Amino acid sequence: MSAVERIPILKIGDVLLASIQVDLQDRDVLALQEDLAEKITATGAHGVILDISAVDIVDSFIGRMFATIASTSRLFDAHTVVVGMRPAVAITLVELGLTLGEVRTALDLEKGLAILAELGERAPR
Amino acid sequence: MTGREDIPIAADEDVVRVRQVVRSFAQRAKLSLVDQTKLVTAASELARNTLTYGGGGAAVVELLGEGRRQGVRASFQDTGPGIPDTALALTDGWTSGRGMGLGLSGARRLVDEFELDTEVGRGTTVTVVKWSR
Repeated sequence: MSAVERIPILKIGDVLLASIQVDLQDRDVLALQEDLAEKITATGAHGVILDISAVDIVDSFIGRMFATIASTSRLFDAHTVVVGMRPAVAITLVELGLTLGEVRTALDLEKGLAILAELGERAPR
Repeated sequence: MTGREDIPIAADEDVVRVRQVVRSFAQRAKLSLVDQTKLVTAASELARNTLTYGGGGAAVVELLGEGRRQGVRASFQDTGPGIPDTALALTDGWTSGRGMGLGLSGARRLVDEFELDTEVGRGTTVTVVKWSR
């Protein structure tokens, strides 16, 4: 068994950024979910960005994990935006019948950060 | 490079290995990027089914040639419990495990040919084919 691949989580202001650069095994995604929950509570971050521009497939398990990450983040008052989805991945997800629940999507990192900034302004803390 | 590869499915990382092999065969068959992605996604769902529900098994990936078109066939075999109600198992949203219930039904939508062969107590084989256009 190979080791769990820990996806690095970077903090920019009150946003956490996880950029997925590896071919995801199921347990890597589960580890990311746990790491993010811990990091949100430790930092009080208000936003999470999952960069999947290097991800060449999202199947139902991985998609469900994104939705779970978003739901969990909401419990800690943070919003989640998935950015950089490749066109072929998007087309496949629709045909697969997968909906991403509370997950917001944006074309790229910049637009994702803009969405989080807007959400933060609408609900002042 | 040969036109066939057998991949045992016994752990998480084998699902990733299946995805990589299917991707390379799909490229050799000159499938479009969208069709490659659909086939690899279907293979990922089916390989995970083999692992999760079948208790492990194997995948066989083959390159097909028929006249001028090329294709990839991927077959997923296990000797697990089998599927008692195939109609139910192919329904969107039905799941007996940790997925979203899109594994079989979703995989079927992503490919050109889909065959489910299962017998309770003996195992399940799912075979899918995607052709170049």
